[in-house]
Amino acid sequence: MSRIISVTINGRSYQDLVPDNMLLIDYLRERRHLTGAKQGCDGGECGACTVLVNGAPRLSCITLASSCDGVNIETIEGQARGGHLSPLQRAFHELLGAQCGYCTPGMIMAAEALLRRNPDPDDDQIRQALAGNICRCTGYGAIIRAVHAAALMMREDLAGAEVGR
Amino acid sequence: MTEYMPEFEHLVPASLDEALAVLAERPDSRVCAGGTDLLVNMRRGLVEAGTLVDLGMVDALRILKQDDTGLTIGAGVTLAALLKADLDWSQLNALREALAAVAGPTHREMATVGGNLCQDTRCLYYNQSEWWRRSNDYCLKYRGETCHVAPKGNRCRAAYCGDLAPALMVLGAEVSIAGPDGARRVGIGDLFAEDGADHLKLKAGEILVAVHLPRAEGRSTYGKIRQRGAIDFPLAGVAVSCRGRDDGLWFSLAVTGTNSCPVMVEMPAPMTRDDAADVFFRDMSRRVQKAVSPQRTTTVAPHFRRLSVSALAARLARGLAGVADP
Repeated sequence: MSRIISVTINGRSYQDLVPDNMLLIDYLRERRHLTGAKQGCDGGECGACTVLVNGAPRLSCITLASSCDGVNIETIEGQARGGHLSPLQRAFHELLGAQCGYCTPGMIMAAEALLRRNPDPDDDQIRQALAGNICRCTGYGAIIRAVHAAALMMREDLAGAEVGR
Repeated sequence: MTEYMPEFEHLVPASLDEALAVLAERPDSRVCAGGTDLLVNMRRGLVEAGTLVDLGMVDALRILKQDDTGLTIGAGVTLAALLKADLDWSQLNALREALAAVAGPTHREMATVGGNLCQDTRCLYYNQSEWWRRSNDYCLKYRGETCHVAPKGNRCRAAYCGDLAPALMVLGAEVSIAGPDGARRVGIGDLFAEDGADHLKLKAGEILVAVHLPRAEGRSTYGKIRQRGAIDFPLAGVAVSCRGRDDGLWFSLAVTGTNSCPVMVEMPAPMTRDDAADVFFRDMSRRVQKAVSPQRTTTVAPHFRRLSVSALAARLARGLAGVADP
């Protein structure tokens, strides 16, 4: 069985015919050619496949594409705007939050969800929000520093925008 | 090695009656809530289903209501939603700690209360890829004839690893179930059986609808032993509740991760002022050791898990009683 789903991915609308048993990770990578979300464990254990569904982090390797009709999906490909990296992408790059880089798209999407609901998280809150994302390079210290730095950038950007208003 | 999802039809009923009708019409169907357990198992070839009945749009399963009589939690409420809910948690600490201990934050956004209670049992010889299990002639739980954990036994020893069940047990929860023969309500302990291959006492076509917690008295807590601080299933987990005051402290304990179902451990008498605390908690520890039956279902030795969970139980109980560790 297949069904037509309507989804918004990184701000663009799509309608696609998907088999009932297709996973969201396969839909994103194979149909939409968005290969940023990674297939790691294929069992919901590593977080490399994390994307945002209606703003909440979601493991796309254990989500059926057919259950995503009408939702808003955000992937790592939609984070950069106008040719500029997002604060999280910039901080991960500059502070070596990405080592081999395989876990990075999932880490950034989970961190993005955190910073939207909590613009100034402490270490514990960052650790808890990223607890479902595993880095095999074990560079967790740099990742936490990068999330702090991105949070600061975002707060400064917001303050600057308010001053300029 | 990537394994591919088998083919099935994905149905999304809009009501409980519609879901029950599909289950009655299609005996090869399986109920799916958050999917964090079921979809992984299907992908590994551990579960076959011609139809997946997705309960995500059934409003009746998302009830969350607290009043003077207690708390009702719909089986379809996600763990994250329950954790964030504006409830009076003062008497429900074990539940809150158990919720926070389940897997990782992203799983909790998807996983539901009903799905956590009804999750499959786990074993080193079962939660493996198809080629791994085939190379070992499968196992008694699925497609095989021998339990590799206890080859001389006649039942599957896979362990029940849900975090919520023990917390709900010590808080005196009941569950309501809907099925082709109507609705029924049972104590949460009666939902489970000590058989790793058939650990749920749900009849064919039945759906878990809600969990009902009476207004609790006293204090409670939940602790979990696992290899990593997140994501992992419990090697063992224990919930403890404590009620009473001047006439003595009554303790109830429930353990997960050690048997094929969650195990209740009642202390037969309260701890009174005349009791020596060390003796009382040593007795509690021994009772837990006797009640549990950890097997070689994980890479961690059963003996270690037995000792650890009994020590954890006594430590948590001491904390509730306000008695310092020895």
